[in-house]
Amino acid sequence: MQGNGLENTGRAPAVLTARRAGLVGCTHCGKVHARGRERCARCGARLESRDERSLQRVWAWWFAGLVVYVPANLYPMLVTTMLGSTSQSTIMGGVIDLMHHGSYGVATIVFVASICIPVGKFLAIAYLALSIRHRVSMSAHGRQVLFEAVEFIGRWSMIDVFVVAILSSLVQLDFAASIHPGIAAVSFALSVAFTMLSAQSFDPRLIWDASEEDAA
Amino acid sequence: MSMIPDSAATPTPVAERETDGLFACPACDALMQAHEVAAGETARCPRCGERLEAPRRDAMTRIIMLALAALILMVAAIFFPFLEVGVAGRSNRASLLDTVTAFSSGLTAPLTFAMAALIVILPVIRFVSLIYVLGPMAAGRPPARHAWRVFRLVEALRPWAMAEVFIVGVAVALVKVAGLAQVSLGPAFWAFVALVIVTVLKDNFMCRVTVWKTLDARRQS
Repeated sequence: MQGNGLENTGRAPAVLTARRAGLVGCTHCGKVHARGRERCARCGARLESRDERSLQRVWAWWFAGLVVYVPANLYPMLVTTMLGSTSQSTIMGGVIDLMHHGSYGVATIVFVASICIPVGKFLAIAYLALSIRHRVSMSAHGRQVLFEAVEFIGRWSMIDVFVVAILSSLVQLDFAASIHPGIAAVSFALSVAFTMLSAQSFDPRLIWDASEEDAA
Repeated sequence: MSMIPDSAATPTPVAERETDGLFACPACDALMQAHEVAAGETARCPRCGERLEAPRRDAMTRIIMLALAALILMVAAIFFPFLEVGVAGRSNRASLLDTVTAFSSGLTAPLTFAMAALIVILPVIRFVSLIYVLGPMAAGRPPARHAWRVFRLVEALRPWAMAEVFIVGVAVALVKVAGLAQVSLGPAFWAFVALVIVTVLKDNFMCRVTVWKTLDARRQS
């Protein structure tokens, strides 16, 4: 199945899927069952030939994530009190502070984890969901890799929330310096959780179905 | 695994017994003839490249050992001092529990529960459940009661147990604080680092299809 010519790279070869054979495969353990069975005989997971409401759930979580992502960027993540004066910093403000201190490496980590990954995730999930109904240029294989990347990388956005938690428990030195969490920490954590749920709701088998329809 | 040529495109009803030798890729639904995969080999889906099965020799025993080690390290990480920060003669010591409860005041209070779950509770549930499911497997005994439900829980919790994300957060926080105060690392910090390494090793050994197959085989015998 590997060598199907360069002209063919965007198209998956016609393959017998469990669905086309009138069967249903378990997405947890791979066991194949006759249609109509509700739960997998091996692992007990719910069986669905294709999750018809998958896309609806993807978009619902996607919008929920987007809605809470806006305040996460506008409101302060950290409230710092040093020698009596209080300053608040947002996600982007925190990155700029780190750059002023000369910690470019850490600034990059925070920038990637809190801004690049969430934005990239919103775009990637939307692209994957749209590619089911509309013809796109990326091959099914490319989209599968993109989906795996989104699933793998999503949880790493939590870094900034953990940083806020550690800083506010550690830096409690009365007058000299104290740090408290801002409300943006909550909405950012929710945004990460919602986009993780959005990615988990996506049924990757739909990618391959769509690419076969294109090829046919 | 080898794919089946698409000659029988018309759906025909199949009896339960006939589907035993088949395997469907969880990612792309390609139907395959199931083969025995030898220990040390990795079976990938010929269509989408998804890792289907990767049994490892003595994997069950190793996973149990690693999960036990992780549990012990978690206890150490919770009760020993985690980090200590000092400036101008004052110092403050934070344990892992202080970190978890950092959000406990005002509007950010709900985040306390989330933090406790992501860093401590969910990882602990996963370790205990794995020992519960794989213990009888490694000992060659029939599966424990509800082993199926428990292992499904282990798999569902996988993305939500964020110990390794937390440790990167600690590193970033240390750099931020280093500019304004003296920081020293406590024994709990090193316990947690070890915990992360053990968790990653354990997840590398684990192959869920192999576990499901073993559970299934033990039930029937």
